[in-house]
Amino acid sequence: MSDGASGVRRLARLTLRTCARGLAIAVLSVVPGIPLFFVSLVSLPLLAVGVGVVPVPMSLLGVRRRASQQRRFALEWSGVSIATPYRPRPDEVSNGLIGRLQRCKWLLTDPATWRDLLWTLVNAPVGIALGALPAFGVVAGAVGLLSGVWLHPGHLGELPLFLGLLLVGVLAGPLVLKTYAQFSALLLAPTREEMAASLDRLNESRSQVVDASAAELRRIERDLHDGAQARLVSLGMSIGLAEQVVRDNPDLALKLLAEARASSGQALSDLRHLIRGIHPPVLAERGLDGAVRALAVSLPLPVELRIELEGRPPAPVESAAYFAIAEVLANVVKHSAARSAWVQLAYEPGRLVAIVGDDGTGGAIPRAGGGLRGIERRVAAFDGLIAVTSPVGGPTVVTMELPCALSLART
Amino acid sequence: MRVVLGEDLTLLRDGLIRLLTAYDMEVVEAVDNGPELLRALVTHRPDVAVVDVRLPPTFTDEGLNAAIEARSQVPGLPVLVLSQHVEPLYARELLSGGIGGLGYLLKDRVSDVRRFIEAVRIVAGGGTAMDPEVISLLMARRARDEPLRRLTPREREVLALMAEGRTNAGIATRLVVTEKAVSKHINNIFNKLDLYPGGDDNRRVLAVLAYLNA
Repeated sequence: MSDGASGVRRLARLTLRTCARGLAIAVLSVVPGIPLFFVSLVSLPLLAVGVGVVPVPMSLLGVRRRASQQRRFALEWSGVSIATPYRPRPDEVSNGLIGRLQRCKWLLTDPATWRDLLWTLVNAPVGIALGALPAFGVVAGAVGLLSGVWLHPGHLGELPLFLGLLLVGVLAGPLVLKTYAQFSALLLAPTREEMAASLDRLNESRSQVVDASAAELRRIERDLHDGAQARLVSLGMSIGLAEQVVRDNPDLALKLLAEARASSGQALSDLRHLIRGIHPPVLAERGLDGAVRALAVSLPLPVELRIELEGRPPAPVESAAYFAIAEVLANVVKHSAARSAWVQLAYEPGRLVAIVGDDGTGGAIPRAGGGLRGIERRVAAFDGLIAVTSPVGGPTVVTMELPCALSLART
Repeated sequence: MRVVLGEDLTLLRDGLIRLLTAYDMEVVEAVDNGPELLRALVTHRPDVAVVDVRLPPTFTDEGLNAAIEARSQVPGLPVLVLSQHVEPLYARELLSGGIGGLGYLLKDRVSDVRRFIEAVRIVAGGGTAMDPEVISLLMARRARDEPLRRLTPREREVLALMAEGRTNAGIATRLVVTEKAVSKHINNIFNKLDLYPGGDDNRRVLAVLAYLNA
């Protein structure tokens, strides 16, 4: 008995949830859906007279947010996965008019923007109809049944109709929502070309990373070949010569040995610099926490540290984060005229977050071949993100996120 | 002179033993890992310890930690720390653990045998022997500070040599000037940096190091 009762309760709860979700869809299809559509429609012609650069990105991004919300609902409520079709935001978006124009161009040239817009229009009637259906079925069916049974016991002929409505509301509700999700996917999912383009982008960024590490290996090989290796050869030569002449010409032998010693010192110094570039020893010895502290101690300006790491990220992530932070701090010292800087390092579920800021003059822009662009590449190799805010006049804040897991702290 | 040695690479350990023995020092124990090193340092209480920063079992900074821990148990225990690389942070940690009888050198310096042995003796005598690279890193860190910018290039040179732990005579030889000229520079430095110029060579070295490390 209690099984039956709890089953009914569960069914009622599920039905209530489905109805609520359907109503949410219906309401959202109208507001903000319809205003967003019309604002976009009206502001687009304004682009011709130039005024449109302000409202167009705003309304189109609003449409985009609404569409993304529906993609999320489709996945969470009906298990229909709709991939994001948008092209990546362009680099070097500045804050002024040029930035706005760049943003307009980025939005308007993306076919997904236009399909989103079309979806917003078509979605209004479809969303209202399909969204309201489960709640309508449940309410109309229940009201009809109850009034039929209690108020007009004579007319039982209409009962099957109301029973049918109730059943549609209760049993077919989830199916209706799923149909709606599938309808949304028709316009909101990426087209085949867009999927191919995003795959191309992935391949490109991967091959950039592969190229960069191959170039790095070549540099290391060349440094070893021209540096330490050459010095060791000359060291061996000096010692060999000294061996030859030590009996006949002790003075020359002494001179050669001194040269050999100098050579060995130079070789060690070369190796030390090379190793520092590959993997700083202090990172191996102290982990990211200690290495960033060591970095801060060695800079000619005070660096305030807030480091909260309960464990250690995987070695490659540690190394990428270290070099990124080191590069940003080097930029601070070189370009910002800052009097002090700060580093915040924390682990949030699933990602390492590093934020570096200063009180300098700002105006930092990632340029091709520049340090910031190099960090972007390093961070992108781990699917990480970097954001730079650096208004002219300062301050500059660089935020980096690297997805990773944390291993338990070393005790 | 009794020496405890902490170095895990056999080649270097044997080389150092040979070197120290050749200069009439007695290596009472040579160990190859951090925990053993701490035990050896505390039980033998040697006249000086020569310690590699990176040691088993973790191959991180075991040696440095053992040296710092030993100096906290046996205050003033003379320790000369060797490493393939130098970090201002490590220098700071070593210096904050007690005054005098302290050295921090790149391993490269071992090849200049006479100066290396001199450094061992200075540390054993309660003095200081800092690697020129440590000092240049510490100076670079304060390069923007007003007091240091008031020094002349020559005075900065003298300051760096003093911070390495050299005596007035040593600085004079190095810069090819008279000892009198050196002490004049040193007076100027102490005036400009607002340091109290008291006492012997060693006290002055420590004052300078404390200043750079602040």
